[in-house]
Amino acid sequence: MELTRRDAAAALAAIGATGGVALGVRRTADRRGGGPGGEQADPAWDGEGLPGDEAVRTAMTAVAEAVYPGAVSGVDAFVGAFLDGRLDGSPHCEGIRAAVAEVESAARSWYDAPVADLPPADRDELLRELGADTAEEDPDGTTAERVRYYVVNELLLALYSSPTGGELVGIENPQGHAGGAESYQRGPR
Amino acid sequence: MSGAESVDGERSAADVDAGGAVDRSPVPDADVCVVGAGPAGALVADRLASDRDVVVLDAGPRFDPNNRLARQERAIRPSYDRPDVWGVGGARDAHENAGDRSYPLNHARVKGVGGSTLHWQGMVMRLHEDDFDSASERGVGADWPVDYADLRPYYAEAERELGVAGASDNPYAPPREEPHPMPPFEPSYSDSLFAEACESLGIDMHSVPNARNSEPYEGRSPCVGYGTCQPVCPSGAKYDATVHVERAEEKGATVIDRAPVERLEHDGDDRMTAAVYATPDGERHRQEAEAFVVAAGGVETPRLLLLSASDRYPDGLANGSGHVGEFFMDHLFAGAGGTLDEETRQNHVGFYTSACDQFYDEADEEQAPFKLEFFNYAGPSPVEMALAGDDWGDALVDRLRDGYGNHVAMGGLVEQLPDADSRVTLADDRTDDRGNPVPRIEWSVDDRALDTIERANEIQVAILEELGADVEWIAGPDATGPAYHHMGTTRMSDDPGAGVVDADCRTHDLTNCWIASSSVFPTSGAMNPTLTIAALALRVGDDVADWLGDDS
Repeated sequence: MELTRRDAAAALAAIGATGGVALGVRRTADRRGGGPGGEQADPAWDGEGLPGDEAVRTAMTAVAEAVYPGAVSGVDAFVGAFLDGRLDGSPHCEGIRAAVAEVESAARSWYDAPVADLPPADRDELLRELGADTAEEDPDGTTAERVRYYVVNELLLALYSSPTGGELVGIENPQGHAGGAESYQRGPR
Repeated sequence: MSGAESVDGERSAADVDAGGAVDRSPVPDADVCVVGAGPAGALVADRLASDRDVVVLDAGPRFDPNNRLARQERAIRPSYDRPDVWGVGGARDAHENAGDRSYPLNHARVKGVGGSTLHWQGMVMRLHEDDFDSASERGVGADWPVDYADLRPYYAEAERELGVAGASDNPYAPPREEPHPMPPFEPSYSDSLFAEACESLGIDMHSVPNARNSEPYEGRSPCVGYGTCQPVCPSGAKYDATVHVERAEEKGATVIDRAPVERLEHDGDDRMTAAVYATPDGERHRQEAEAFVVAAGGVETPRLLLLSASDRYPDGLANGSGHVGEFFMDHLFAGAGGTLDEETRQNHVGFYTSACDQFYDEADEEQAPFKLEFFNYAGPSPVEMALAGDDWGDALVDRLRDGYGNHVAMGGLVEQLPDADSRVTLADDRTDDRGNPVPRIEWSVDDRALDTIERANEIQVAILEELGADVEWIAGPDATGPAYHHMGTTRMSDDPGAGVVDADCRTHDLTNCWIASSSVFPTSGAMNPTLTIAALALRVGDDVADWLGDDS
């Protein structure tokens, strides 16, 4: 099942980012060098300090490929478009950035490679070793709880509040998606 | 601003922008001071603001509408509890429970401009005619000093003000003179499943009135199906009292947020003279006015009167009757649910579209009035399930498919009788963030209500079994809880010894003080209270206007 930019815009509309109107705009700015605190955004980030937006996108897409079901495609574009809205300089954005740094730090320490270079089974294992599978999300909690909040649940929230993510489980207008006031009237297809 | 945690600092944010320049000083020469910017206070203020200088004081903040999506994220994410969505809790909202049953007060209210309509479900039924004459017609409870006929035109006006989508297909509803302002929401797919079962059992289903736009209404969006009505509607399709706060401000009213009123003062002629309120900078101010309307809900209203005790009113202001705080009531929830072996299409929207009032007016001395609801949000929401497991990938999808799709459920509300021992008082030794005694709630429920919950459960289970459902849960007398409708604590009566306010909702003891709130309900009926709150508020507005006209 193909995830689309509409899904990304829907997910953003569900969870409080600027949404579709801003898609694409901010990324252009970032590519000119708009990382945190004016740092240069660097997709070839070396794991030191905080990652720039492109490095966050790369890592989050790699994690998404582990936590999303095999039945979805278009993950790269979906996550990228979603993060275009979420990487907005807010405290939440910086929380994502810090949690991604911790995931990357673990990947490089334990697997000697950034998360995007790990095979899918190792990405899954990395997240479990971090404790993100059993942790309850908490933006102010332990590393496991913050990775669960800002990385794993961030991605799951994006997917399952989008129309395509909802359809995976039988609801084309999932909670959080402004899918209109008609679908509740329709019977099963 | 994005992310659920990004709204954390809202209580102070309003003062940070504009360099702390928010003006919270009293309004000179005010005609009317309204305490509370929920639906009652907002409607009164809007009613009066064209012709009078009105100031509204609210204990909570003015919420930024741009944060509603972040609040929705809070509603979905497991990290946040319900009070977190609108920043309820902490020392400001501390309270005590001392009754038979614990009352989850901070789940049941929002403090701030818009009040609890910010998180309400948005169901707006009229009370039935016998609800106003419970003692006479049912042999229990109390008669109101007003009848349905007195409120009928105000009900119609309240429906227009709030914007109500509804139909006239309910044969059990009280008489109405005109259609609802908007067409009803169509029945859900699961309603059609229930309809077959109900028909077999001779049980009638009908539409329900929603304070939620089924089409564009007065500049507000129609429902777009976010599915999180309770606790937050990001689209504004669900009515909330910010609508009337903004209208009142456009007419010239002054609304001061984060200004908790701590005390009401009076003179030697039984006229209220000032509301003393605190501001975030730690200062105290006195808002003087010709007339005062207390509209702070069923818990904070009696608390404020009790906090305002004086030499003349040693048991609390306007408490010559001794009844301030007594007769605290809520509606009791009765429910049942289970699963079918077919898809039921739940959780697309957060409101229900069909109900059954058939058994309501069977009420008598032994059986309370009750209504039944057919849910469109039975069972889990997949996105919420996804965030709370220890799985992901294909295993998560399998769990979601297994857990979502075939749930059905019914709810219902049951009246509880007024009882003086069910009450709100002041805590002896616990204070809030400003050193004032917190409310102490002693909530108890009568046997008639508990028996009626069982009766509602019997009907709900019969319907579910006729539907072919595997009944998996029943919320009966032992598992019931409140519907978050605080009522009864400044009851209305013609007799100054039996009630706090008269039939016009003016206090018996003070000539220039009205109470606009469900706190004036002598009995609760079993219908959601907000339409009646709104109707009474509009009526209070008229009475205050008349009084000010006469007084001047």
